[in-house]
Amino acid sequence: MKLTIEYYAILKEQRGRGSESLETPARKPAELYDELKARHGLSLDRSTLKVAVNEEFAEWDQPLQDGDTVVFIPPVAGG
Amino acid sequence: MGLNRFQISEIAIEPDTLRSELLNKVAGAYVSFEGWVRNHNEGAPVQALEYSAYRVLAEKEGDRIIAEALDRFEIAGAAAIHRVGMLAIGDIAVWVGVGSAHRGPAFDGCRYIIDEIKDRVPIWKRESYENGPDQWVNCAKGGL
Repeated sequence: MKLTIEYYAILKEQRGRGSESLETPARKPAELYDELKARHGLSLDRSTLKVAVNEEFAEWDQPLQDGDTVVFIPPVAGG
Repeated sequence: MGLNRFQISEIAIEPDTLRSELLNKVAGAYVSFEGWVRNHNEGAPVQALEYSAYRVLAEKEGDRIIAEALDRFEIAGAAAIHRVGMLAIGDIAVWVGVGSAHRGPAFDGCRYIIDEIKDRVPIWKRESYENGPDQWVNCAKGGL
């Protein structure tokens, strides 16, 4: 399955880029984050993140579809 | 700026303009909140900071917050705007304005909107300190 991943804030800094296309065996956002965290040494635990799929908040165990865009959302700090 | 909308802005926030746009459309009471860049965070002197956002989802979630406020409180209109980019000490980071027939709901609605923005909208802050490395606020120690 091919996915697009976008990175923001501390995750963008740690990944060294703002987005990528990825061929992955992951079928759920949780599996995808675990894969990327291990590969790139991302510092944030999944329990501290939210996830968005196709520009809307999503569940960690929501099935992903080919072509989806996934965004992992670090703890926010607006205001 | 749009009435009853939340917006991400790359340029300086101008409260007077925003206020008059809101006042053109509502009457009675007006309450606003401005969040300013301060020169310290948890005791550490701050030199500069940068806000970034996941813009599409930030504006969607911000619009939802304003819709919730309109639903929960007897307010006539509301708007909010958040800066992104490099900000200096004293710059306005966020502005919220609420108009209502009476002051009580205007205060309550304004408080609700800023609290929910801080809690829910995907915006991040990277601080540079006079001493020590830059830091993503709320993301230290694995985000825990």
